[in-house]
Amino acid sequence: MLAQQIVNGLSLGAIYALIALGYTLVYGILAMINFAHSEVLMMGSFAALGAAALAPSMFGTGVLALAGLFAASMLAAGALNATIERLAYRPLRRHSRLTPLISAIGVSIILQNAVFLWVSDQSLAFPQPLSGDAFTLPGGAQISALQALTLAAALALMVLLHLFVEKTRMGRAMRACADDLEAAGLMGVDADVVIAVTFFVGGALGGAAGVLYSMSYGSTKYNLGFLPGAKAFTAAVLGGIGNVRGAVLGGFLLGFLEVLSAGYIPNGAQWRDVIAFSVLILVLLARPSGLLGERVAEKV
Amino acid sequence: MRRLLSHRHAPALLFAAALTLPFVARAIEFSFLTRVGGVVGLMMLLSLGLNMTLGYVGLFDLGFIAFYAVGAYGTAILMRAHVPAPLAAALAVAAALAMRALLGVTILRLRGDYLAVVTMGFGEIARLTLNNLDAWTNGPKGLQVRPWRPLAFLGAIPGLEFVRKESNVQFYFLIAAAVYLAAEASRRLENSRVGRAWVAIREDETAAQLSGIPVARYKLLAFTLSAAFAGLAGSLFALWDQFVTPESFVFWESTLLVAIVVLGGMGSISGVLLGALLLGGIPLLMEATLSPRLIDYRYLFFGLILVLMTLFRPQGLLPSARREAELSS
Repeated sequence: MLAQQIVNGLSLGAIYALIALGYTLVYGILAMINFAHSEVLMMGSFAALGAAALAPSMFGTGVLALAGLFAASMLAAGALNATIERLAYRPLRRHSRLTPLISAIGVSIILQNAVFLWVSDQSLAFPQPLSGDAFTLPGGAQISALQALTLAAALALMVLLHLFVEKTRMGRAMRACADDLEAAGLMGVDADVVIAVTFFVGGALGGAAGVLYSMSYGSTKYNLGFLPGAKAFTAAVLGGIGNVRGAVLGGFLLGFLEVLSAGYIPNGAQWRDVIAFSVLILVLLARPSGLLGERVAEKV
Repeated sequence: MRRLLSHRHAPALLFAAALTLPFVARAIEFSFLTRVGGVVGLMMLLSLGLNMTLGYVGLFDLGFIAFYAVGAYGTAILMRAHVPAPLAAALAVAAALAMRALLGVTILRLRGDYLAVVTMGFGEIARLTLNNLDAWTNGPKGLQVRPWRPLAFLGAIPGLEFVRKESNVQFYFLIAAAVYLAAEASRRLENSRVGRAWVAIREDETAAQLSGIPVARYKLLAFTLSAAFAGLAGSLFALWDQFVTPESFVFWESTLLVAIVVLGGMGSISGVLLGALLLGGIPLLMEATLSPRLIDYRYLFFGLILVLMTLFRPQGLLPSARREAELSS
């Protein structure tokens, strides 16, 4: 029973962690909560659906169909996120920190309603490219093909992100900007490009999460992003917002917390979000900058 | 514009003008306008409340709607226990204040966005608790509240007979008076020793502390007082609509309030009122006036308006004079 819960918690947490990374990357550089991130992952899932509609073989099973869904979603979500930054956040960069937050809320309303009006107000069936039965793990727990894929994909993307941030020139520029945007600019880093790349990478990770999330529900909808978006944001804060390892840790913790409280507490399914948020509050009271966050003086 | 608004008699004149709305609505046979006015008034009360924490002190609160819920549910539960309406409202406001103080004592040492996410968490906990505690709140089905007609006596005045039957008009007057009093209270606080301390904390918490301002105590004061406005708004809402459900207190409402305060102009009373008028009124007016072909597009338009307003007036519609002076120096 516990082994099964651990498997379920890991695969749910992996999705939260991927989304949380998108929040934390942007926050690390601009100290801004990208409220439109939930809609970016929703749009990614719709882009995958659109690609599948154009190439019906993607509704089949197989590695190629799977790769197609991920490519469409990640590219579209990344490009969309970078476009939103260019149009709605960049003009506001010199103003109060809360101003871009408001245009982000506006963007998120626009995207939801655009899909609602022009695509569908209903749940649409999402391709299921995976076939094959669940494996039984040594502890007696079952892991479905989708759960295995979720874990593998999330792990691979996290390793890629790590290599990108730590080993490439652009990654170094990103770290410099996160450290001090102005100083990085003076050292010849083109901050606009770095920020655009950051939004693209964060959006692409969200797009991957969007595909995994839609596959786990078997469908997608115009408001699909809200719930995982809000939870992943919570996870990013839990881990210490702006901290990449913190986002991953927070995502997995939140996934576990949800699965365990639904599984072990009477009426837990009804109360699991209450429990998750209560734990968040308690953790922050004990560690006011999140689990791995640094203690920095800040102003609103 | 600002000179006009800062005139000594401007608030009283605006209040008097606002009182004519039900008569105008009656004259042009568009009684829905009075209802819009009442809803906008509740938004104004809530925004003035949030302005006290977010605008004056800079405490980023993403769960303010929870205290609107406490006011509404407190009133509804007391009304069902046959408590007279004014007493129920007073007790509900007291409950909102007490809960807010308790929350403030616990979480106010968190800063910036960490405070925002904890208040968001609290807002969700409050809504889910209302949703799940069937025995007290009847869960998602909501609670019915017995009718209360506060200003029926106005019907005895010649020319005002129509007020006796129309709860929309009665509550409109009541809400307008509450907004006027809340704005007046905000103005007096803003220009007092307390208000100056709040702004000092917003601008630089460390410097304020070093200047001898008891920062923690003043933060808690602003945080707690703001709940009085939210609780009152919630209470009026429950008495007016005679029905409360957890649906009315979703996260989106809290973000809308933040948008109103930031877009109106943080710390500016007239700005916040204008923000509430626009962002609260536009969706309702679109609902009433757009042609059937366009009505589904109203939220899309609303999103566009939000983005465009932010891009064109990033400093807020009517930024507070004090804040502007600080920023330009």
